[in-house]
Amino acid sequence: MTNQAEPVAMGGAFVEDTEAQARFVAHKRYLAWRRRLLPVVAVLAFLLLWWQAVVQFDIKPFIAPSPVAVADVLVERFDMLMANLLPTAIEAILGFTLGNFAAISLATVFVWRKTAEEALFPIAVMINTIPVVAKAPILVLLLGNGMEPKIAIAAIICFFPTLVNMTRGLRDVRAEQLELMRILSATPREVFFRIRVPNALPYLFSALKIAASTAVIGAIVGEWIGSTRGIGALIIQSTYNFDSPLLYATIVVGSTFSALFFGAVSFAEGRMLRWNVAYRN
Amino acid sequence: MDAALTPNAVLCERVSVRFTTERGTVTALENIDLTIPRGSFLTLLGPSGCGKSTLLRVMADLIEPSSGKITVLGDVPETARVSREIGFVFQDAALLPWRNVLDNVTLPLEVGGGKALPGARSPQELISLVGLAGWETALPHELSGGMRQRVAIARALVSGPKLLLMDEPFGALDEITRDRLNEELLQVWESTGTTIVFVTHSIYEAAFLGQNVLLLAARPGRVRELVPVTLPTPRKLAMRETQQFVELAGHLRRVLESC
Repeated sequence: MTNQAEPVAMGGAFVEDTEAQARFVAHKRYLAWRRRLLPVVAVLAFLLLWWQAVVQFDIKPFIAPSPVAVADVLVERFDMLMANLLPTAIEAILGFTLGNFAAISLATVFVWRKTAEEALFPIAVMINTIPVVAKAPILVLLLGNGMEPKIAIAAIICFFPTLVNMTRGLRDVRAEQLELMRILSATPREVFFRIRVPNALPYLFSALKIAASTAVIGAIVGEWIGSTRGIGALIIQSTYNFDSPLLYATIVVGSTFSALFFGAVSFAEGRMLRWNVAYRN
Repeated sequence: MDAALTPNAVLCERVSVRFTTERGTVTALENIDLTIPRGSFLTLLGPSGCGKSTLLRVMADLIEPSSGKITVLGDVPETARVSREIGFVFQDAALLPWRNVLDNVTLPLEVGGGKALPGARSPQELISLVGLAGWETALPHELSGGMRQRVAIARALVSGPKLLLMDEPFGALDEITRDRLNEELLQVWESTGTTIVFVTHSIYEAAFLGQNVLLLAARPGRVRELVPVTLPTPRKLAMRETQQFVELAGHLRRVLESC
């Protein structure tokens, strides 16, 4: 097969047309800026609308604060907000790590031992059906009042989506790839690490992106019960004190952290899944 | 006789394959008797459902025959498979999308004891042989269908197989690419001396490539006729316009229609 016509022909298809190239690049740049600026404009418009609504309809601050009041709290009490974010962030990140590690491990066991999946999967489904607000008190009773129950809630909340996705990713391997590995007389371990694990990565990252935001929610809900520090505790305190600017500011801090966490996972996905066409599109 | 000296790459004796499903038991292949000499090029041609892919998978030790006996390279198929003497090319290349061209071609040398294969060939050399030099770091989704099949062929050859099994490898390609790959495959066959069994549903491909065309009939899959191809070698695409080729293709078509 010395014929190289196919690749070479592609090389020969390029022509010099700087004007067309410049137009193309300019259009690409326009689309990129549009994609970045439109959400910013929408958010600013929403804030303006909200602010005007509060002013025009004379809404009392304890019902809904104006965005200006929220911004004031964010600036003036920044240190206090960050001091409360820290335990929540630690709980969310530790819970995320533990929950996903456990889910990936169990998915691995499931793929090697079908019996384990048939026996244990219904239990996982049942635990998943318990609402977070019901899991929280149970875990506080079990694990005390420290960080442990919050970490446990964040972990449990991450666990299920990752278990389901990872099991599926490890199993949904194309039949021809398995046939190929059999022809190559590959060992089960080689099939696992060279086919199943890379195949599962896109599924895993879908689950991790869900888990990144739900882990934060889990930690916050955990803090609702008998905590004095953390975003969750601050939400409860400010609600009881009718301090709505602080409540909103706390939510902004929690959501920003969630978004950053999500962004970090997406960034890792982009780095690790360059090959994945579905991701690229 | 010593396994290396057996004259036949594949010997099927009354090989039958039955599958059992909820809908009942299907006979995919019935009493296949077949001899494939070493170094030959056989094409398997038949309507869909005639079991040509099944027969190929029996040779590759992917499917065990329900009855009958099959010998591959002088031994049971499993021995040939475990000693890595079989190469297989799938219909849609079956490349690993997370590996680039070079890593895909190298895969057979990484697994199944491939590090110590005596007949192993240089992946780089094979990439050049299939005309993809310079594309080593490209990912499969960056390649055209024809280029992906070239990678699959290089991958199948890297372990130095004595038997190359090809399951409709060019079936999904456009006609121009298919013609070119057909011609190039014959060059690969001549330069490697490996035995090739090639499944296709194209009459022209079967007649152009094979030294013999094995026609299979469907339901149950059985041997209909073994047609020797007497076209001169080396084969050129222009031969498909000769009287001899047209007559051969006509004969194959008539037999297929009566299947």
